[in-house]
Amino acid sequence: MSVQQTLSAVDRPPAPARPWTGPRIAGSILVGLWALAGIGLVYYLISVWNPELFDKYFPLYMQGLWVTTQLVFFSIVLGALLSVPVTYARMSKNRALQAISYGYVYFFRGTPLIAQTFLIYYGLGSLKGPLEAVGLWGFFREAWYCAILAFTLNTAAYQAEILRGAIESVSKGQWEGAAALGLSKWQTMIKIVLPQALIVALRPYGNEIVLMVKGSAVAALITVFDLMGETRRAYSRSFDFQTYIWAGVIYLAIVELLRHLVDWIERVITKHLIR
Amino acid sequence: MQYYLTLLSFGPEGWMDDIFRGIAMTVGLALATLPFGLTVGFFVALAKQSAEPSLRLAGNIYTTIFRGLPELLTLFLVYFGISVPLLSKVAPDASPEIASFLGGMFALTVVFSSYASEVFLGAFRVIPRGQYEGGYAIGLPHGKTMRLVVLPQLIRIALPGLSNLWLILLKDTALVSAIGLSDILRRAQIASRVTKESLLFYGIACLIFLVLAIISSIGINKIERSTNRQGAGR
Repeated sequence: MSVQQTLSAVDRPPAPARPWTGPRIAGSILVGLWALAGIGLVYYLISVWNPELFDKYFPLYMQGLWVTTQLVFFSIVLGALLSVPVTYARMSKNRALQAISYGYVYFFRGTPLIAQTFLIYYGLGSLKGPLEAVGLWGFFREAWYCAILAFTLNTAAYQAEILRGAIESVSKGQWEGAAALGLSKWQTMIKIVLPQALIVALRPYGNEIVLMVKGSAVAALITVFDLMGETRRAYSRSFDFQTYIWAGVIYLAIVELLRHLVDWIERVITKHLIR
Repeated sequence: MQYYLTLLSFGPEGWMDDIFRGIAMTVGLALATLPFGLTVGFFVALAKQSAEPSLRLAGNIYTTIFRGLPELLTLFLVYFGISVPLLSKVAPDASPEIASFLGGMFALTVVFSSYASEVFLGAFRVIPRGQYEGGYAIGLPHGKTMRLVVLPQLIRIALPGLSNLWLILLKDTALVSAIGLSDILRRAQIASRVTKESLLFYGIACLIFLVLAIISSIGINKIERSTNRQGAGR
């Protein structure tokens, strides 16, 4: 210990200069290009700055952002609720339940979100007569409800897979230990397995929310005025390309914020696992 | 029943010929994107695992941007920002579908490559240092060590992740219908607008995507089995 202390007190010779190797030159050029692109972007946004346009569309963008937030929030929450019975069916011993949930998950993970959204809004929406007969026409007439339904069904399939993977990642010994202590299946699930599984599931859930934020842009194509929808409307009226740039900046900011939030939560809740 | 069969026939009254052309477009676009996406993704991963901090930074900026933007927005940014203005300058009387196709390909390439770079990066981290050192020890220069020693192992490790990305790419191609490329979804849209049978045609579009995913999975399984057989001797 004392040797180390004396050593650290000694003046170290200066580090040798880093040579300009091939990778360093390439890296510097690439970073330079990115910096140039960034400066170019800022310069572009300043040069096309238009207070009129900003005053007109900024409130609309904020409305759109709020719509996107609601869309993602409702879809993720409802999807989480729906994913529980799907996971239960997927893990049950009943063959029929297994097949149904497998088919559900396979369909919604195997087809594009945009096709599912169109199928529900335009496809089911075309059945005006039968839907009126069962009193669901009011639901399927609204693009907003259809978007939420499509996104919920989609994310439930993905979340069910996340949940199943996380539950299966908890070792069998945990179940056996709990059974030996006389805990019921339900108690074991809630008190022993889920708390451990959710730590594993946190990162995939975070990714799923990010995917949903990005995927929700599809709602713009079925006339929902979310952030993407407002952007498309602003562009079609003004033909000003900066409308799309601003949308990109906002989406990127949201996604980065979410990513760092998930990182932070993970650091906090896995403190006890770090040795 | 007869009515629906007519709609789904290949004749002048039916729509299946149009939809099959849409399938060709979707698959063609995905296949055209794949080599570019893999190549760019590999080089971005190479930059991100480099010892040089500036290279890592450049690679990370690339991934952060193109994984963070919604695919649909990237598509519109590329289409309205690059391919439409460029095409109107270079070849003003070319078909607008060319702008859609090239724009779609470019956008899908950057999205695919930014995800692929993460997969490759993960694979790079699995390969032990000793493999490089072994390569240097028998006198191979850096480039050859990479090509002959590291890359063959890398591909095998990255294959499951890349197969996943292929399935995602196949699904992402459906977005190009929004910039007017006649893919499966666009054809289904036109057919349902004309015939008023939206449920039928969108249902078929979904089923076709599902079949494409199933066929891909079968193909991927075959590839994985063959690469594992090569590795069995180790």
